[in-house]
Amino acid sequence: MSNNSILVVGGGFAGITAALEAAEVGHEVYIVETNPYLGGRVAQLNQYFPKLCPPSCGLEIQFQRIKNNPKVKFFTMSEVVSVTGGPGAFDVKIKERPRFVNANCTMCGECEKAATTTVKSEFEFGLAERKVAYSTHLFAFPQRYVVDAAACAPGELDKIKDACPYNAIETADAEKTFDLSVGSIVWATGWKPYDMAKLDNLGGGKLANVVSNMQFERLAAPNGPTNGKIERPSDGKAPKRIAFVQCAGSRDENHLNYCSYICCMASLKHVTYIREKLPEAQVVVYYIDLRTPGRYDNFMQKVAADDKLTLVKGKVAKIVECECKSPILTVEDAVTGIKGEERFDMVVLATGMQPSCAGSKLPVELPVDDDGFIIGGAEKGVFAAGCAKLPLDVMKTAQTGTGAALKAIQNVVGR
Amino acid sequence: MAEKLGVYICSGCDIGKALEMAPLMEAVTKGKLAGNCPVVKQNPVLCSPEAVAEIEADIAANGLDGVVVCACSPRVKWDIFKFGQAVQVERVNLREQCVWSFREDEKVPGLLPLMAKDYIKMGVMKLSKSRIPAPEVPETFKTIMVLGGGFTGLNAALEAAKLGRDVVLVEKAATLGGKAATMYKTFPMSHPYLKAEDTGVEKLIAEVTSNAKIKVMTSAELKSVEGAPGQYNVTVSAGGEQKLEIGAIVLATGWVPGDTGFLAPMGYGSIKNVVTAAEFEAMAKAGSIARPSDGKAPASVAFLTDVSLCTKAVPAEEEAVEGEAAPAAEAEEAPAYPDKENAKHLAYSSELTSLVALKQAGYVREKLGDAVAFVLYDHMMVPGINERYYKAAQDDAGVMLSKATITKVSEDADGGVIVAAKDTLLGADVEIKADLVVLPTAIVPVTAHDATMNLSYRQGPGFPELELFDGFVDSNYICFPYETRRTGVYAAGCVRQPMTLANAKEDAAGAVLKAVQCIGSANRGVAVHPRSGDVSYPVFNFQRCTQCKRCTEECPFGALDDDEKGTPKPNPTRCRRCGTCMGACPERVISFDNYNIDQIGSMIKEVYVPDDMVAGGPRVIVLACENDAYPALDMAAFRGKSWSPYVRFVPVRCLGSVNAIWVADAISKGVDGVIMLGCKYGPDYQCHFVKGSELCSRRKTNIAESLGRLGVEAERVEQYEVSIDEYDKVPAIIERFMTEVITKFGPNPFKGY
Repeated sequence: MSNNSILVVGGGFAGITAALEAAEVGHEVYIVETNPYLGGRVAQLNQYFPKLCPPSCGLEIQFQRIKNNPKVKFFTMSEVVSVTGGPGAFDVKIKERPRFVNANCTMCGECEKAATTTVKSEFEFGLAERKVAYSTHLFAFPQRYVVDAAACAPGELDKIKDACPYNAIETADAEKTFDLSVGSIVWATGWKPYDMAKLDNLGGGKLANVVSNMQFERLAAPNGPTNGKIERPSDGKAPKRIAFVQCAGSRDENHLNYCSYICCMASLKHVTYIREKLPEAQVVVYYIDLRTPGRYDNFMQKVAADDKLTLVKGKVAKIVECECKSPILTVEDAVTGIKGEERFDMVVLATGMQPSCAGSKLPVELPVDDDGFIIGGAEKGVFAAGCAKLPLDVMKTAQTGTGAALKAIQNVVGR
Repeated sequence: MAEKLGVYICSGCDIGKALEMAPLMEAVTKGKLAGNCPVVKQNPVLCSPEAVAEIEADIAANGLDGVVVCACSPRVKWDIFKFGQAVQVERVNLREQCVWSFREDEKVPGLLPLMAKDYIKMGVMKLSKSRIPAPEVPETFKTIMVLGGGFTGLNAALEAAKLGRDVVLVEKAATLGGKAATMYKTFPMSHPYLKAEDTGVEKLIAEVTSNAKIKVMTSAELKSVEGAPGQYNVTVSAGGEQKLEIGAIVLATGWVPGDTGFLAPMGYGSIKNVVTAAEFEAMAKAGSIARPSDGKAPASVAFLTDVSLCTKAVPAEEEAVEGEAAPAAEAEEAPAYPDKENAKHLAYSSELTSLVALKQAGYVREKLGDAVAFVLYDHMMVPGINERYYKAAQDDAGVMLSKATITKVSEDADGGVIVAAKDTLLGADVEIKADLVVLPTAIVPVTAHDATMNLSYRQGPGFPELELFDGFVDSNYICFPYETRRTGVYAAGCVRQPMTLANAKEDAAGAVLKAVQCIGSANRGVAVHPRSGDVSYPVFNFQRCTQCKRCTEECPFGALDDDEKGTPKPNPTRCRRCGTCMGACPERVISFDNYNIDQIGSMIKEVYVPDDMVAGGPRVIVLACENDAYPALDMAAFRGKSWSPYVRFVPVRCLGSVNAIWVADAISKGVDGVIMLGCKYGPDYQCHFVKGSELCSRRKTNIAESLGRLGVEAERVEQYEVSIDEYDKVPAIIERFMTEVITKFGPNPFKGY
């Protein structure tokens, strides 16, 4: 007897889209997400290009759809451990990490006030600290705190428990495993920013005022570590000269053997953040090609008209820093061939996207390419969507999520 | 209507610390709706399992048909307060909107209990005037019509058939295959993305024509589409007229090559050996690549992808998008379907232009022996995985690739073409001589030239305002690429955006799912995006309708037609339930069972307005869009922001649903000002219903004028655009209104009358 339900691995934009589109034609859907929240990478973005609208707007709609649809069930802090069976009848083992906070949580915030230990925030890419009792971000869904018990000081967990007026802290919470029976699987595990520490010559992760493009998103976000102020991590000062280094890791056989699709548009979008917040700042973007396909051309033209922006086709060979922590770039202009040094107050590395699964073994056997993108699986009843499959922007991610939902439905209906 | 309400007030999460419960309960038990509220209780933790069990027991014991939960925001604990389909629930947001964001005014003590009482009374009133909608559940047709038998349409037809759906595939031409059938090859569609490959269109055609689920109609013309999603009656002419019963439509009519007139600055039309990519493709497909001037095989071919010579005359940001404001009266003189093609389509096609240039450079190498190919580009537009295809081309010594800005294309005495370029990797100013030059072919959606759909809708046959997207049937929503302004029609392929075949295949699948979903929703009587699953629908009291047509004209989705007598004819399955019609209606004849003029008007009347503004403070009503403004307010409260204690928020479905009577009544009741908080409008609109906030801003101008005639300052009614992440800005917006309007103008002159 075939099973009509669908498992969606990954609760980012592709996964949420796939889940909802399938659920709204009547299929039971399970979303398994490793983070404590749904929304994935887009939850960390300040705005989308080219409309400069906030991702939380679209996510709010998606979460409303989830709230109103009993066919969608989701598990956060969870991962797929193993998959057995086959199309129409998969048995999937899920591991759920302890959250230490139960459904009684009202988001009142007393636990956070009681906690004293802080650690680096993963959500803020290390730009800020968070308490051991925390909510990742303002729009976090589900609206429930997380306690990082492993990072608690001795006795701190009990203190947190005592502070909660609603008996929501489960000090004995532990890892659980459970099984799901599904007919199809959508694999939408998304992407991670390429580790900038691997970009040795560019000072990634070493130089204080060299940040990644995703860190820059957080600096510009009103709910980010600086409440949306763009400032140098080293001294909190507003930068007057900012450089963007495109293809930081991408289009490079030693790093990522593809173009990451979004970084050109993202950097141009970042120029609009700068212009809004720092009207006088000078910006230089070093690029190989400005990849602004389709009607994105309008956005490119609009941003390029900024008279304090210089677009340079050129390669940044090296970044060092001066005593005042200002990055100094060694640049070769690709057209003139002239090499030179340029000093900036801050540098943004347009680091690329790498499939989240790259470098780790998948719990289900799927064909992947050398970079970790999933290149098949349909014949096995597993349908890849979003950036697990290809480097894509959000619009195309939504498109692949919808397409994958259809394939997943065909796979269970046709049996 | 909900007649037996249980009212529950939570004292958790600081509410009980800030407010005394007894007076709040008294506001209900001694209020005018006391008779409707047999149960009024308080609870220290209303979301606890015990409290929820108590509510459930009360429902059973008292036959409650409504529960007013006075606690946190409806965005929180959404899963807890659900009591089955027969019990309506209203959430009163005491925590975020009252307690957490409260700011004392030292001159006027006791404001917080007043505010809480207002909100509780408003919630009780709202629910007491709400019914559970019982939508009609129409029989729906299940067949999917795919318009266009090209690569996208063929894929769409197969995908729908695989789902067990009956499909009608309508193709204008005599044969299937569209543009793909004219291609010699396509650039790679799958891993490892290194080599051009067969398009596979022949196989697709064979699969489609042999599929019993798919009815293929070629040489077919779409005459008309009448009706609504789930209930379309379509007329197609294919050697005789045929009537089809259709559930939903996938629009896959694709593209046409751009007007070559735009290529004149690059020598097309004046230089014989300058051809377009489409013409070059046809040569390759026919098997012989030859120069038009002498029929000889070229020894060198230059592919130019930089089109700045053609596009630079075009301003970066066309102001045409504002043109929508043109009065309807002029429509008669305008052409039936204004053409939307322009030189920018060349720029929009950049990705395909670059990929095609790489592919066709490969044809030169494959078919012309030792010939060389030049690809001169401004930006090699191969985003994403196709970088690998570009790399593969770089490895071919016979393909010369360089960045270049083309400055001039001219003809040589011997028929050669001289391409002058600057800023190249070969030098600052270079001239390259080629036997043949290939210019890009612009991808222009058929909808740039023609309405295509032939919808028998009062608002016209095609999609409205496509000039915003240069004729592409795109959605303008990054998150929701398939949501256009015509429910039931889902665009895929190059009619939506310029895209590769690989993309188009995926797009076809997505559009098919949306079409299937739409039929299912129509069949269950529920809304599609963005209020998916909503069972409410607008009800028209036609006896009082004056046939002013505002609702039919203003509906963003063209849901209303006219019947024979000129009365609005609703088409519920086209409707997205935004309430824009309700906001438009001057006679107030349109309502939803659970959201209507009387209900919101009565709610506003529950706000206590002191006669003396100095002693009791002013009052301002804020009509807040529940999609973005309302969550932004919640978030502001979460962040510890506060604002004037004199505002009262009233959530609305969309600012489009705001009826002028709410504002007029509020002002006549003595309210000192009305703020409308809604989504951004204009070309990058964020309004979930496309036009709601924009229409509201136009209506606001009329409201303000009417107020002016009554001697009330027009400034007392203001609309502000707030996006969901402007939580740090919204308190300041309110504050500014309070000082610049209320403090400045003083009390509403109507106050106390």
